[in-house]
Amino acid sequence: MEERTGWPSYRYRRRGLLGWARGPRGGGPWRRTREDRLAGGVAAGLASRTGFDVNVVRLAFIVATLVTGGFLAVCYVLAWLLVPADGMDGNIASRAVTDRRGIAAAAGLGSLTLTLWIIAKVLGAGWLSGLTWPVGLCVVGIVLIWRNAPADEQATMRQLSEPVLAVTRGEGRPRILLRALVAALLLIGGLVALLSGNHRVAILRPLVGVVLVIAAIVVVFGPWWLRIARDLVLERQARARAEERADMAARVHDSVLQTLALIQRRADDPQRVIQLARAQERELRSWLFDGRAPGSLDDMTVADGVRLIQQEVEAQHGIAVEAVTVGDCELDDDLSALLAAAREATVNAAKWSGADVVSVFAEVEPAEVSLFVRDRGRGFDPEAVPEDRKGLAESVHARMARRGGSAAVRSVPGEGTEVSLTMPRTAGERQPSRA
Amino acid sequence: MTTPGTHPESGPGGGPGSGGGPRVFLVDDHGLFRSGVRSELGGQVEVVGEADDVEPAIALIAQTLPDVVLLDVHLPGGGGQAVVTATKATHPQVRFLALSASDAPEDVIAVIRAGARGYVTKTISGADLVDAVRRVAAGDAVFSPRLAGFVLDAFAAAPAVSGASPSFDPELDQLTPREREVLRLIARGYTYREIARELYISVKTVESHVSSVLRKLQLSTRHQLTRWAAERRLT
Repeated sequence: MEERTGWPSYRYRRRGLLGWARGPRGGGPWRRTREDRLAGGVAAGLASRTGFDVNVVRLAFIVATLVTGGFLAVCYVLAWLLVPADGMDGNIASRAVTDRRGIAAAAGLGSLTLTLWIIAKVLGAGWLSGLTWPVGLCVVGIVLIWRNAPADEQATMRQLSEPVLAVTRGEGRPRILLRALVAALLLIGGLVALLSGNHRVAILRPLVGVVLVIAAIVVVFGPWWLRIARDLVLERQARARAEERADMAARVHDSVLQTLALIQRRADDPQRVIQLARAQERELRSWLFDGRAPGSLDDMTVADGVRLIQQEVEAQHGIAVEAVTVGDCELDDDLSALLAAAREATVNAAKWSGADVVSVFAEVEPAEVSLFVRDRGRGFDPEAVPEDRKGLAESVHARMARRGGSAAVRSVPGEGTEVSLTMPRTAGERQPSRA
Repeated sequence: MTTPGTHPESGPGGGPGSGGGPRVFLVDDHGLFRSGVRSELGGQVEVVGEADDVEPAIALIAQTLPDVVLLDVHLPGGGGQAVVTATKATHPQVRFLALSASDAPEDVIAVIRAGARGYVTKTISGADLVDAVRRVAAGDAVFSPRLAGFVLDAFAAAPAVSGASPSFDPELDQLTPREREVLRLIARGYTYREIARELYISVKTVESHVSSVLRKLQLSTRHQLTRWAAERRLT
């Protein structure tokens, strides 16, 4: 066994031949680590504090949970609630205390568990009732964590629960089968529990009583549970609405705000102002009343779109745009989003770079479309762009990400900027480009 | 209607360039553009003459024997490639750099295939044009972003189905991955120096890649290339 091998981090500790080596202990209070975590980072935090390997701690947790009949799982959730994460001052519990809706939801789920526990007790299925309360407490704890954890932890949890959520939504055949399977397993489990409780057919009599008790409980708690379900649905809707708003904000930023900025700059040229205002009005109308994205035309191809960007930017900003397209294909929603991002990047270059030519290069390949917008202007430090400058951050990055594409910005102060955009192609064959 | 070179220092058939820069001849049907280029190149190269159509251009080039001919792709008396073909037959040492305002790719490719060492658009800046002229004078190829795009497009599709082109020569009829990379970067607006830095190769290597692409473009009998140009002409 080697102790204190001098390796800098517990991650790279060597394992001894006879067992798990114990590395150097970390100092300071117990914290949940962000890196190296599977769920809450409790085990990883404990591991780095005690010096044991993470996997040993995890294994110990699992074994102990099985042995204690779930008791330790509750401890885990409690630790998750009470032990602050790395680099945070407060724990999740302190925030959960003020989350009234979260507490309501947790209490509702708690009452549901209580009901199950009572039923199990009545049926005499001792093992089931033994299992119910730790599961119930865990569920209550996790609901509170879910609602109050910081964003990065929520992302981890969402990732963990993805397969479970996938079962509850969607229509696909395999999902229906899976759901039926789960129901069948539950039903069989319930029947076995019933039969193991009483061996005679006489169980039918207490069963009637059980049904009555359940009915009573449902009458009391039912509305509450319904409200919890509705709250969950509302929350999902709220998220969808927020995304929609972000999309709309990006579009308004692209079209209306850009035009207003142009009008302010050309205030001394009434002819130009009228022209800009008219073009903007047309664009807004077609978006609001015909449901077409600003600047979009039907039956356009990527090359057409790039040419349109070239013409518009050259006309509006008086800068040369060198546009080159290789290959071509019809536009779909994804590619329209790509072009919208490209337009934004080109306008940005025209406005801020100070260069007198902007190069736009689009290449349509069978699997993806890549687009590069480059200027040899003054460039900037990508790290130093303030949060509130929406241009590149929201319009380009987020828009590409929402459609499954990617965006990268490379800029060196004094040498210029290049924005690279890539969007995977969903359908359509490569076709020869047209002049 | 000839417009012979009337530049004071340009003696017809004069010896090696005395102004230090390469000796340049302008062929363009727009007088305004010719004088614009003349003033932009001013001093850095020696303009030995100019012409506004195919016939006078051929005659005057044979007379002045410039290092580089700046050639408009579109001329009233036929395409610019007629000038290249006629001159190459008698004076192979004269090099051509094609210029055009419009971008009909089949015309550009035709001039290149006739023997021009490069192609730039008329929007090019004065400094870049001087640089391009020097490059061509030195025997290198000059690809504008647009030409790089055309070439990528023309060589893009997979080789024609086997049998369709019995003369398919992998040496000439397809680009190497490295050449493709270089062309892509040119199309993205990178200079040779920036490409060299990006790909961790020397500027000389970039130049040799571009020259090799030019050779392929001129010599390839690629079925695809002709068909592609024909398709472009149709629409």
